[in-house]
Amino acid sequence: MNVPRYWRTESARYRLLGETCRQCGKPIFPPRDVCPHCTEPQQEPRTFAGKGEVYSYSTVHQAPAGFTDYGPYTVALVKLDEGPLVTAQLTDVENEQVYVGMPVEMVTRKIKEEGANGMIVYGYKFRPLIQQV
Amino acid sequence: MIDVYIVGIGQTNAGEHWDRSLRDLGVDAMLAALQDAGVGQVETLYVGNMLAGELVAQAQLGALLADWSGLGCIEAIRAEAADASGAAALRMGYLAVASGASDLVLACGVEKTTDADSESVDQAWSSGMDGEYETSQGLSMPAVGGLLMRRYMHEHGVGREAFAPFAVNAHANGANNPYAMFQRPISIEAYAHSGMVADPVGMFDVAPLCDGAAAVVLCAADRARELAAKPVRVRASAVATDRVALHSRTDPLSLQAAHLSALKAYAQAGVGPHDIDLFELHDSFSVMAALSLEACGFAERGHGTDLGLDGEIGLQGRIPISTMGGLKARGHPLGATGIYQVVELAQQLRGEAGANQLDCRLGMAQSLAGSGATAITHILEA
Repeated sequence: MNVPRYWRTESARYRLLGETCRQCGKPIFPPRDVCPHCTEPQQEPRTFAGKGEVYSYSTVHQAPAGFTDYGPYTVALVKLDEGPLVTAQLTDVENEQVYVGMPVEMVTRKIKEEGANGMIVYGYKFRPLIQQV
Repeated sequence: MIDVYIVGIGQTNAGEHWDRSLRDLGVDAMLAALQDAGVGQVETLYVGNMLAGELVAQAQLGALLADWSGLGCIEAIRAEAADASGAAALRMGYLAVASGASDLVLACGVEKTTDADSESVDQAWSSGMDGEYETSQGLSMPAVGGLLMRRYMHEHGVGREAFAPFAVNAHANGANNPYAMFQRPISIEAYAHSGMVADPVGMFDVAPLCDGAAAVVLCAADRARELAAKPVRVRASAVATDRVALHSRTDPLSLQAAHLSALKAYAQAGVGPHDIDLFELHDSFSVMAALSLEACGFAERGHGTDLGLDGEIGLQGRIPISTMGGLKARGHPLGATGIYQVVELAQQLRGEAGANQLDCRLGMAQSLAGSGATAITHILEA
């Protein structure tokens, strides 16, 4: 069980809480101490809107331990509108209907359960963005 | 820096060794390399291994293998760089000799994956990615291959079939390597109909994890001339890293670490890609083979697959790869793989490659970790 670890990353997992670099102004997700763009070690927290599109995707048929109950599932690189790429599962969509460029939005979903008596881990997944007509 | 030579090589079969433990395999390869070099003792041992802690609950592999192989109380340390751990051990051995710190060094890569179930091994293999933000999302290593392959197909307008030559070539060469895990050719039809592991990565797009151990003995020029009829010179040894998570890269289809590592190696050796006679690249996935060829200057961006389709990667081609089966057919015993690549280069350069023998003078080996965040490149000369 990794309770402290999951507790530390809650804001990022539940709300897409990331950062804006104070020096270069670029968006950072996930949050980190040193800006990957300019190496400045001071950032401002900012919450990402959760809208983006599928940059790439892959449907996992042979799942690693911890995820074997959920397959086949599709994991994707999602390009957020603000710029950063995020690794996340796709949800509320058939695996065969996913395509590169598909517009998506973030939702909070169960990621996994750590056994019958363990933690239930929640986090971000992305579902197709329903366009308002 | 002092010139470094390989004067002994050894390897076990790569595959499933139900009757040999991690330490048994390590000792097998080490004794074979020592015998090949004609020495009974070394000063320093570097062990490359990725998952002994996770899969067999064993740390302190340097001391353990020195102990178990009868090398005594020598300096012995384990090097780790995920899938590139074997190459990392070679890098440490190279530095030890090149700096003058040690006169005779043994570098051994060893991995034991079959003591654990395959789902646990898959989970452990993914520890070479970003545990906090990639693995935690259900991303597996094959899925990383899938993300890269899907994006490559999208950006460069190719279908899955463009990747078939990498698997077909690897298996054709592995058929003539008695140490290879798979010694059977496969057809393009078999590739096309293979089951999916992480779509679009199929069974023949991903290298098999397995058990194995390989080792090399390193020393400087004077000793090399005494010990070996055909010492193999290490012309370059170079390491570079990149952002670990694929989502952190500015351009996921550009293997920046592989590129920088190759550039440094070319500069050290005073050569360019056109001088390289064979390339033992890191074909953990067929797409990684294409991307490695592009990163190291053998093909323009988006045209790595052309080298396969045009037959240039075969033994008769312009840039033979996976000449003894590569990761795909020889096998990918994780922490041992980087040493296997160099052992196979040495076999080629010494004229000991059997049916796959090339007429070659300069060979390059490159080992990549995870989705390419560590790249370790060596250039060897006959």
